[in-house]
Amino acid sequence: MAQPPDKHPDFTADGAILVFDKLCKNYQLGAFELKVLQEIDLVIRKGDYLAVMGPSGSGKSTLLNIIGCLDRPTSGKYFLGGQDVSLLEDNDLSAIRGRHVGFVFQSFNLISQLNIIENIEIPMFYQGFSEHQSSARAQELAELVGLGDRTRHRPSELSGGQQQRVAIARALANDPLIVLADEPTGNLDSQSGKEILALLDNLCERGKTLIVITHDENIAHHAQRQIRLLDGRIEKEWYNR
Amino acid sequence: MKLGIKSLWLHRLRSTLTALGIIFGVSSVIAMLAIGEGASRTAMEQIARLGSLNIIVKTVQPPEDQQATGQQQSLQEYGLTYKDAERFRNSIPDAEVIVPIRRVAQQAWYRNRKVPIEVIGTVPWHLETSPIRLILGRFLTSADLDYKQDICVIDGGIVERLFALDDPIGQYVKIASDYYTVVGIVSSQPSTAASNQQEKQETDSSKAKAGANAGNIYIPLTTVKNRFGEMSMQISGSTGRKIEKVELQEIIVKVTNVDLVLPTRDILATLLERFHKKNDYQIIVPLELLQQAKRTQRIFSIVLGSIAAISLLVGGIGIMNIMLATVSERTREIGIRRALGARKKDIIFQFLSETLLLTFAGGALGIVLGCTIPFFVTHFGKMPTVITGTSLLLSFGISGAVGIIFGLYPAYRAANMDPIESLRHE
Repeated sequence: MAQPPDKHPDFTADGAILVFDKLCKNYQLGAFELKVLQEIDLVIRKGDYLAVMGPSGSGKSTLLNIIGCLDRPTSGKYFLGGQDVSLLEDNDLSAIRGRHVGFVFQSFNLISQLNIIENIEIPMFYQGFSEHQSSARAQELAELVGLGDRTRHRPSELSGGQQQRVAIARALANDPLIVLADEPTGNLDSQSGKEILALLDNLCERGKTLIVITHDENIAHHAQRQIRLLDGRIEKEWYNR
Repeated sequence: MKLGIKSLWLHRLRSTLTALGIIFGVSSVIAMLAIGEGASRTAMEQIARLGSLNIIVKTVQPPEDQQATGQQQSLQEYGLTYKDAERFRNSIPDAEVIVPIRRVAQQAWYRNRKVPIEVIGTVPWHLETSPIRLILGRFLTSADLDYKQDICVIDGGIVERLFALDDPIGQYVKIASDYYTVVGIVSSQPSTAASNQQEKQETDSSKAKAGANAGNIYIPLTTVKNRFGEMSMQISGSTGRKIEKVELQEIIVKVTNVDLVLPTRDILATLLERFHKKNDYQIIVPLELLQQAKRTQRIFSIVLGSIAAISLLVGGIGIMNIMLATVSERTREIGIRRALGARKKDIIFQFLSETLLLTFAGGALGIVLGCTIPFFVTHFGKMPTVITGTSLLLSFGISGAVGIIFGLYPAYRAANMDPIESLRHE
């Protein structure tokens, strides 16, 4: 088990980026209260590569939503980058999402009307970057994921693997604290999947903090650290290497 | 913003159809107001020609006399008199001029040509109360009046019909059995609203017929009184003859200042009421007509404007409808943007700017169309139109307001969608 954090965790000292303190999430279904996450304690440090596993209904998606600041916990605390985000308003949550979280989705979720560069620019646009700055950085990122020569193409003109690479570039746009990937290879053939996983490994080597949510053991093996959720609790946690 | 243009461009047909509502709305506002304004200006001009400082008292046939025409023969005496004019002169100090007018329908001869005309017996200061202007020679003088000179001033219409090539000045025109020397030429009487219609009817039915009046011939009032007298005879079919005695057809009183028009009208009315037993006169106050016309035109404009505004409203509802459809179609995109850091107000701004772009583009096209429609109306419908800057600003403002009002709700709905739900949306 991860060490339970102190009341006032010193993030800079132990390098913790993300801390869950007895985090719970309940959904009210009529009179019945569904406990999706129960007292989750979790600490993620800079450079961690964490895989979250679990059968469907175990609370993976809810955990992802909370980590990604799309949802708020019912109780408990969530510190991201030293800031308690469990009580923030929608406006501040949006800002945190844009600044500190990079999403990679199973179905890529690129905007089809925009070309590659413009898709990568979106998170920077909402952070108020100038067009000049953001297009230069978008070009850089496109090159990083190996698509520097296809920047004017539309997502529909790319293969699935290429689209996912664009999505990863977009997730990196604001140099976020964590990159959050939800089944990143779920819609890809095995070859493209391997390439994406290699790209994620590469990011990890560059010091990025990654959280991958998956039900695929093979993908989970890429991570240094795995947790397994069952019925809203962390059932098991171990390190791969 | 760039994205807005892009997504509108992507749905060209839909955007065009949506903007069409605004285009028609805006153009109908402009066109309606232009037509209304044009009609109003024409009416104003026509009334203004009567002279806003003038009070016109006219002789009318009293209604009881009309009934009495059943008798075999009757002498009817009615209308304004020289005494009335005298009384006006004595009791209205604010009058600048008082112009008594006697009209006689006659025929004028020059050489072998003959045209129907109207003889207007008047005074030298007639020009002060009338829009007609002296073109050539001189108008009547006090001496002409005093010595009952056989001279006349003719207007442009008569010059055209009688003197094709000759210089009319110094020539003799024969009216009834007497000859009159032409001493001057004035412009034709501009048509007023009423006479305009009459003229139109006449030209429609019998332009070539001799019934059409070629113009006016101005002769000193005293001369007219001498030559033509005050009697006129009408033979009215089976019922027999009718003889009328009318001294003056019209007295025009011009006051010095606009504020005096209505009080003077009241004085005139009192005076006439006291000395006329029969209701044989009519007081026309152009100023009053002007004000009345303005009121009518305002109502007219409001009605036209509201019709146009309703079409704009319909256009706006169309836009809202489309934007709501767009929002639900782009639910996933909204979810993605929210996940990538877009705040609610960013989403609102995105959709609102798209709506505004649509309405302003529609508004601009509508203005172009709206300026073209009045042109065609004027060209083919022979109706005057005036496009005012206010109507352009108004319709542009309205299209902006429509964009905001009808864009706000769809944008608000887009912003308030749950990002988790919308990411899952297919």
